[in-house]
Amino acid sequence: MGRLHQSLLATAAALMVSTSMAQAAKLTFYCSAQEDWCQSMARGFEEATGIDVNMTRKSSGETFAQIKAEEANPKGDVWWGGTGDPHLQAAEEGLTEPYVSNMRGELNDWAISQATSADDKTIGIYSGALGYGFNSDLLASNNLPEPKCWKDLLKPAYKGHVQMANPNSSGTAYTTLATMVQLFGEDGGFDFMKALHKNINQYTKSGSAPIKAAGRGENTIGIVFMHDAVKQAVSGFPIKVVAPCEGTGYEIGSMSIIKGARNLDEAKKFYDWALTADAQSRALDVKAYQVPSNKGAKTSPSAPDLSSIKLIDYDFKKYGSSAERKRLLKKWDDEVSTLPQ
Amino acid sequence: MVKTSHQQAFAHPTLLLWLIVGWAGFFLLPWYGVEDSIFTFTWMTEGYPTDDDVAPAFFHALGGRKIWLLPLVAFLIGPLFALRRDKSDPLHAKILIICGALGFGWLIAQGFSIGIRGWNFQWMASLFGPLEDRQFGMGTGAMLTASAFLFMLTQGIAGRGAVNGDIFVVGAIGFVVTIVAAFVFYPILNMLASAFVTQEKTYSVTVFFEKFTDRRLWGLGCFEGGRCGAAWNSLILAILVGFLTTALGLAFALVVTRTGFRFKKVLRALTVLPIITPPFVIGLAIILLFGLSGNVTRFVADFLDISATRWVYGMPGVLIAQILAFTPIAFLVLIGVVEGVSPSMEEAAQTLRADKWQTFKTVTLPLMRPGLANAFLLGFIESMADFGNPLVLGGNFDVLSTEIFFAIVGAQYDQGRAAVLAIVLLGFTLAAFWAQRFWLGKKSYTTMTGKGDSGVHPLLPNSLAWPVFVVAGIWTLFTITIYVMIVYGSFVELWGVRNTLTFKHYVTAFSMKLTDGGIHWTGSAWDSFWTTLQIAAIAAPLTAAVGLVTAYLLTRQNFAGKNAFEFGTMLSFAIPGTVIGVSYILAFNVPPIEITGTGIILVVSFIFRNMPVGVRAGIASMSQLDKSLDESSLTLGANSWQTFLNVILPLLKPAILAALVYSFVRAMTAISAVIFLVSAEYNMATSYIIGRVENNDYGLAIAYCTTLIVVMLLAVALLQLLVGRTNIGRRLNQSRTNV
Repeated sequence: MGRLHQSLLATAAALMVSTSMAQAAKLTFYCSAQEDWCQSMARGFEEATGIDVNMTRKSSGETFAQIKAEEANPKGDVWWGGTGDPHLQAAEEGLTEPYVSNMRGELNDWAISQATSADDKTIGIYSGALGYGFNSDLLASNNLPEPKCWKDLLKPAYKGHVQMANPNSSGTAYTTLATMVQLFGEDGGFDFMKALHKNINQYTKSGSAPIKAAGRGENTIGIVFMHDAVKQAVSGFPIKVVAPCEGTGYEIGSMSIIKGARNLDEAKKFYDWALTADAQSRALDVKAYQVPSNKGAKTSPSAPDLSSIKLIDYDFKKYGSSAERKRLLKKWDDEVSTLPQ
Repeated sequence: MVKTSHQQAFAHPTLLLWLIVGWAGFFLLPWYGVEDSIFTFTWMTEGYPTDDDVAPAFFHALGGRKIWLLPLVAFLIGPLFALRRDKSDPLHAKILIICGALGFGWLIAQGFSIGIRGWNFQWMASLFGPLEDRQFGMGTGAMLTASAFLFMLTQGIAGRGAVNGDIFVVGAIGFVVTIVAAFVFYPILNMLASAFVTQEKTYSVTVFFEKFTDRRLWGLGCFEGGRCGAAWNSLILAILVGFLTTALGLAFALVVTRTGFRFKKVLRALTVLPIITPPFVIGLAIILLFGLSGNVTRFVADFLDISATRWVYGMPGVLIAQILAFTPIAFLVLIGVVEGVSPSMEEAAQTLRADKWQTFKTVTLPLMRPGLANAFLLGFIESMADFGNPLVLGGNFDVLSTEIFFAIVGAQYDQGRAAVLAIVLLGFTLAAFWAQRFWLGKKSYTTMTGKGDSGVHPLLPNSLAWPVFVVAGIWTLFTITIYVMIVYGSFVELWGVRNTLTFKHYVTAFSMKLTDGGIHWTGSAWDSFWTTLQIAAIAAPLTAAVGLVTAYLLTRQNFAGKNAFEFGTMLSFAIPGTVIGVSYILAFNVPPIEITGTGIILVVSFIFRNMPVGVRAGIASMSQLDKSLDESSLTLGANSWQTFLNVILPLLKPAILAALVYSFVRAMTAISAVIFLVSAEYNMATSYIIGRVENNDYGLAIAYCTTLIVVMLLAVALLQLLVGRTNIGRRLNQSRTNV
């Protein structure tokens, strides 16, 4: 116990030293990507600028809830990562600060259009296409054909084999709903969701849960963002990734500066740095398979190649607004979720 | 609290003490929160005492800047006049009440009125004109002064003759009521108010009813092949879990205390295991056993030649996981009660020719009612508030706690809906609470009278012993299987896919290097590990203390509003952690109490979240102690503090142990409240683990969990050693000679 006690004291002492030294330039960084990516960004920025970074990682929904709760006395400076909808919502509710970075020239068009649709209060940092993945072992043992298109998933053979998240709780699933509405028209989209409903074995709460369940052999097909499926495959699970033939929607991972940030200058520095090709190439080291927004950033050969995927012209302004979201979710609740399976 | 038998002038040592504390808080210590810990004393060198950041209140007021602090001086000087007066002098009490109440009230009022942007309320700005100044969260100075005012007030009230003029009891009531109000009622009511807020940020009752009558909440579709509402699901699940965990807990308590069962110690240790397991691991293990590709499901499917199903997802899976997780709580509550039933009563029954079964049914069981009721209530509430298991195993079986979480963090961003759901959940809890009260009625369950309490507990009747053995056996086997799987999972490359044995997860998490300067902690998990250990170690004794003092007040003292107070102490436990987390940020991110981002907010949230277990265990044990024990102690000249310390506390060791163990363990394994409260400097083990799981690092997550389990086992053993066992009466010594 002596050693334990000593080390406790040592950590306590270390904590005190580190807090008393924190008078230098610092940045409170809310991160909504995967843990090691967040770490890599935080350390990379420290190395590049010498500014101390305090990083807290939470999912994008959790971070949004936190920023909203802290509205009266903001504690964070910059919010990086996570799907675009909560960033758009934060912009709509005036929780974030507009900023036009000099780095915009190096970015893809979709990253800029994300910014313009939110009055410059957010910007795209990566994107990922929607698709699905299936467990090839389970598919084979159930003698099922490999699906290739969205409409394939409606075949009666797949009954009880498809999983997606509940659009009420997951941004991924809401993107799926909005994609179907834009792909097949509002009536067609809802007809698709109704037919799909018959084959769904479970609406999960979290967005990436369907593909994780598929990885563990608990489910056959999971509708998720393709980079999540790629990650499962690379981790060693028997997962194959499908880019649906009809075309598909996508998300734009975003970044925003929090309104009332205590370290606004440092937040802007981080913002600019995070848009550089070097900073975005860090995704490779941590096996993140999203597509970076900087045209010059390196991409992984395993990453889904967006140029070979048929992408729809996703209207983020319309489908990211809270009024349209509430309307679609209510319609889904009333017309789809109540149907017998 | 020295005996005050000789009443002279200046004979108010307690009052003098609190006066000094109040003066120190106002004149010496920094009034507002300082950036570093107050104990580092760096504030001494940062322009103390005149710099605004570290100045004591007196210097703020002296400079003419924060003049609203000035009135407090009057309330700090006033009590000097009470010091000279005799306790029986009505003026003594009057001065204390006036100064204490006004001082405390003024302090709170100014804290809420003036915040970081000047006036907090529009009408104040229009009434008093704009305010140039502002103030931050209260610090050490303000806290000490506030306590001084509070205890002046309680001493005044005691001086008026409340609770027989007992300074300790009135002070304790005042203290517990204040902290429960500050850290339970205030944040929760603040949050629940959002149930009535419309999109335009105005208040409206129709918004509440619109959300309350939602079909997703109360739908009865499951009788027609569809799905039922989350409210019904939660209610049915909670009732089942409450009954089953109480029954199982009782079975184990009986096996351990009243049978010749040989492996009691093993069973005892096993029952503690699930309580010290971080939440999602059990769910994961159950999936690997019973899921679609689970070992058991596969085996049964092959054996019966049927196709495997996803049967475990939904109510069955959640029920299994919750019973596994919450039975130990029932056991911990019941073991104290079963041990406490006086053998003399049972012997009396046997002397009157009742057989073992009759004795058990008509004497032992009824005497255990407070324990059974409390165990049921805890199981019910735990099930209602449980978040991890329904998330992993719930399938399409929606329950309130997960709905609340995703109402806040999900695609809807609807805090109002979360508040409405939380209100429904609280309604159920309130109903369970009153049902428990009704069932116990006004009967007395006292068995420990201190008189002639000798004898040995009879063994269980055979007709009962065998079923109890079988149930305990099955459960033990099941638990062992689950834990063997967990340990195994931490040593394989990728659980369920690549089963080669490896140490690499432990190395990544907990590697260390020996260098010249000492040990270098290189593993990625050390940071969160030490923080978690520190916070749990600080929170546990505080939680147990607050819990037991509250239990003492509830069972031993009578005061106005006692029932409401009792329910209030259960409130923070009954509400899902997510709601607590968000309500804590809403309430404590702004002055007067500004503690977000610190370790304090974690400790505080743990204390108030886990305190109810201490309260429940304490109440169950204390209702068995006869009041004549207190009375004889009081008659012999001890005051109530001494009675509490020397008579009641030693008899409560099982309850103390239960409270300590539970609060320590919960502080290490809690997740849903913590998610919102962790910060970069104070990251907790569970939030690190969840991050790993989201990233598919199952091996690392499970290795970390396994380490936590081992650490907690050691801690529990250590606590057991420190607290020691109680010798109730002379029973234990005798039973040793008898058996």
